[in-house]
Amino acid sequence: MLRKAWNKQAEEIGNQVFFISRFSHNVFRKGFEWNEFLRQCYIIGYRSFPLVAITGFILGFVMTLQSEPTMKDFGALSFVPGMVAVSIIREIGPVIISLICAGKIASSIGAELGSMKVAEQIDAMEVSGANPIQFLVVTRILACIIMVPLLTLMADGLAIFGGYVASNIGGNLSLSLYFNKAFSAVGFSDLLPAFIKTIFFGFAIGFVGCYRGYNSNRGAASVGLAANSAVVNASLWVIVIDAIAVQLTNIIVYT
Amino acid sequence: MEERLHIADKHTENIVVEMQHVKKAFGSNEVLSDINMQLKKGENLVIMGRSGQGKSVAIKCIVGLLEQDEGGLKVFGKEVKDLSENELKALRVKVGFLFQSGALYDSMTVKENLEFPLTRVLKLKDAKEIDKHVHEALEGVGLVNAIDKIPADLSGGMRKRIGLARTLIMNPEIMLYDEPTTGLDPITSKEISMLIMNLQKKYQTSAIIITHDMACAKITADRILIMDGGKFIAEGSYEELENSPDELVSSFFK
Repeated sequence: MLRKAWNKQAEEIGNQVFFISRFSHNVFRKGFEWNEFLRQCYIIGYRSFPLVAITGFILGFVMTLQSEPTMKDFGALSFVPGMVAVSIIREIGPVIISLICAGKIASSIGAELGSMKVAEQIDAMEVSGANPIQFLVVTRILACIIMVPLLTLMADGLAIFGGYVASNIGGNLSLSLYFNKAFSAVGFSDLLPAFIKTIFFGFAIGFVGCYRGYNSNRGAASVGLAANSAVVNASLWVIVIDAIAVQLTNIIVYT
Repeated sequence: MEERLHIADKHTENIVVEMQHVKKAFGSNEVLSDINMQLKKGENLVIMGRSGQGKSVAIKCIVGLLEQDEGGLKVFGKEVKDLSENELKALRVKVGFLFQSGALYDSMTVKENLEFPLTRVLKLKDAKEIDKHVHEALEGVGLVNAIDKIPADLSGGMRKRIGLARTLIMNPEIMLYDEPTTGLDPITSKEISMLIMNLQKKYQTSAIIITHDMACAKITADRILIMDGGKFIAEGSYEELENSPDELVSSFFK
């Protein structure tokens, strides 16, 4: 029983490695699908923007509201903008936005490719002599690699603005003072590792969505399963990559 | 002796697809147990059999979508299993495959669907030339008006015809039809069957047609093979099989 489960797991890992190698083999191949890539950037980036923007704004807003009373007790109210900015940029922004993206993007890629597989559209593409990995997979993964970090950066900015709005509910703080306080606490060493980690999050979201959709079984139920397992696995990948990235950042940047 | 060799060469030249003792299993489920068949140039071969007998699996092996576990499968004299990636791609250009559902790309219009193989596989760049091919293909299936529609707005019959146009735009030498008339009304079914016949006459294409539709088989078949239990159990013309003493074979014609 245990052996069977282990064999299945090993096979799964093997398939994923094989899929990554097919992706990387096709990235630099002649005939890059620019139009499809831009279309995917539009779908993944622009269409996710409202959700990500609202989430980002509320993150900063809520964090400020929650931390103000405690900080006030310590007489450290002036540290709130800096604290919110650092925690949003270094950790909460990338992780929460990537988890939101995993739910929005990985599921839609999983469902779209899954239904294409069920309707034999991927087979039709392959049989016509075209390259479905180059057209469907490479474009989506690259679009995720580019758009998830950009979405995160925009959400970070909106979160800091959300913090400013929250500070002004109970007090009267000028925008320039708030942003001065916030950015003086943030260094390049906070932004860069977080940005690099979102590139990996973007890859994970695109890859898992494509892998689950592309390898879904036949039948309508498998489309739902592909979308569901894409979200679950992409979220797990994001959290695991985050743990590794934070550890690496601590070793490289802060020691 | 030389003359005999020449005749043998001519014989193999005429065979475009050859399957010998092909076996294929999915896990413990053996789908193809011993498949032997030959498709001659310019011939319409109809394969019939109950559902789930592996007919689609057999034709998917021909284009390398699935790989047989055992046995030989030659297309244009070359073993499909041994082809390199580029050789397989070249083979697929010569072999058209019409899927049961038409398999149109949902996110693209009819025009973009038809342009897809032209720009990606044949690498055509001239917009006028591409337009000409697209119009010709749509005229061939009588659906020029549908050029800007998306697949969701098309009926089942229209989708199959557009799917056929998308396959034929590449001028394939072999056509594989997976249930081309299933789910269509008798009039549209007959139209599609006639279309298959016209294509054979016009382009001299060889075709394997998987169908349960007796009217389609009667119109299109030069030869019929009947599959059961993962192998072919009967072979002959429509009339020969109709009068077969075998109960299973004759039951298809009742």
